[in-house]
Amino acid sequence: MPKFLLLKHYGGDPDVRCTPMSEWTPSEVAAHIDFQREVGRMLTESGEFVDAQGLSGDGAWVRYGGPGEPPVVTDGPFPETKELVAGWFLIDVESAERAYEIAAYVSSAPGNGGKPIYERLEVRLVMSAPATVE
Amino acid sequence: MTASVEDLLRDLAPQVLAALTRRSGDFAAAEDAVQEALLEAARRWPAGVPDDPTAWLVRVAGRKLVDAVRSDAARRRREQLVRSRAVPAGPAPQTDDTLLLLLLCCHPSLTPTSAVALTLRAVGGLRTAEIAAAFLVPEATMAQRISRAKRTVAAAGGRFAPPTDGERARRLALVLRVLYLIFNEGYGSGGRVDLVAEVIRLTRGLSALLPDDPEVAGLLALMLLNDARRPARTDAHGRLVPLAEQDRSRWDRAEVVEGVALLQRALRQDRRGEYQIQAAIAAIHDDAASAEETDWPQILAWYDELLLLTDTPVVRLSRAVSLAEVDGPLVALRSIERLDPSVPRLAAVRAHLAEMAGDRVAAARLFTDAARIASSVPEREHLLRRAAAVG
Repeated sequence: MPKFLLLKHYGGDPDVRCTPMSEWTPSEVAAHIDFQREVGRMLTESGEFVDAQGLSGDGAWVRYGGPGEPPVVTDGPFPETKELVAGWFLIDVESAERAYEIAAYVSSAPGNGGKPIYERLEVRLVMSAPATVE
Repeated sequence: MTASVEDLLRDLAPQVLAALTRRSGDFAAAEDAVQEALLEAARRWPAGVPDDPTAWLVRVAGRKLVDAVRSDAARRRREQLVRSRAVPAGPAPQTDDTLLLLLLCCHPSLTPTSAVALTLRAVGGLRTAEIAAAFLVPEATMAQRISRAKRTVAAAGGRFAPPTDGERARRLALVLRVLYLIFNEGYGSGGRVDLVAEVIRLTRGLSALLPDDPEVAGLLALMLLNDARRPARTDAHGRLVPLAEQDRSRWDRAEVVEGVALLQRALRQDRRGEYQIQAAIAAIHDDAASAEETDWPQILAWYDELLLLTDTPVVRLSRAVSLAEVDGPLVALRSIERLDPSVPRLAAVRAHLAEMAGDRVAAARLFTDAARIASSVPEREHLLRRAAAVG
């Protein structure tokens, strides 16, 4: 019963040249959002849903400024290749294969012209397995 | 709610479900109705437990079932059926009912995840919210997982009836596997909902029904002999303490004694199985007054026997640890040379053996590798500490 985080990366994949969402028609945007909701509903129905969140695009990179100094806040270490983590699904599934299957489905979300956006998802195992050291 | 009401409800749940399933012939609907009745009892009983709690639950659950059937026009015909069948006089024969429910909840058509959830609710009498909390998923997800499991069993032709003699052993093995999974889940995660106590209770019940089955006794013994060490398994800061460093005075002696007695009785039947063998290994650890006094040759002999029954990479890894204690780390390393690199904990065991062999550089690197691919946070922290200690 492992949990996996499906991280939705936008703009981090040079192979995928998808028109930015800002250039989609309102109905294309609506169809995309409906699809995300539908995935959430489908995962709840299949007993695999844990959490889903979208992330605002205007994040900041923050680090410790040193003793007595304020936090260091920047746009990021590499602003020219900036990629955006747009959100995630957290799922509880039988196997990694099932997680990949769901990720691929999420990646088929409709975009410009109703065509799949082929968004790349990063699939990461959440460390929640029973602990054994013996 | 008081613990005694809670315990009472969990004990009665399978009897009530069996009675209702028998009456209605519809396991899925009966199971929903019992869940509702349990919720109602949980609200009302703390103010006073009814004189005949079983009858109360059967009556309330029966009413919920009729309501559910009635509200569903398509099921109108079944309402007739429910009403036409007589309410059983007195409590239903409990003995075989719980076993039949376990067999149904661990039906071969179900994935382990689904079987675990359904077993905890239908036989364990746990509420959906509690099971959801134990597995850290939303209640709606767990509710769906359980109703899908019931649909799957129904579609696969699962019935509330004894399996054929030819099927029985295989089906019982699935039940033991599911109980073992629940135990492992609870043993490793600790804290949330006490799945360990719950599954020991269920396995105890099964052992009372099948006192002559050595593997059922072996599984219960295995659980008790491992659970005995639980108080010493984590320190005051919540860190995992490996077996060799545990304060053995904190082990639960009563559980050890009970586990050993169960195991000895099972082994006398001379029908060995994987749970008895694992329990025997746990018993040898529990029997050692200190890590140094552990009888490693005997543990190794048991692992050799286990390997004959189930030759899996996990068994080979565990065997290698005992082999190292008997014949040295280099022999042990050679014994796992050909294991698939993707086997979980391979790096951790190799790191341990490298450290034993005095190869600190390799040990530090392997402990770091093992930490990177660990599948739980306490395990990763443990491995990182060992990497730092050896490096």
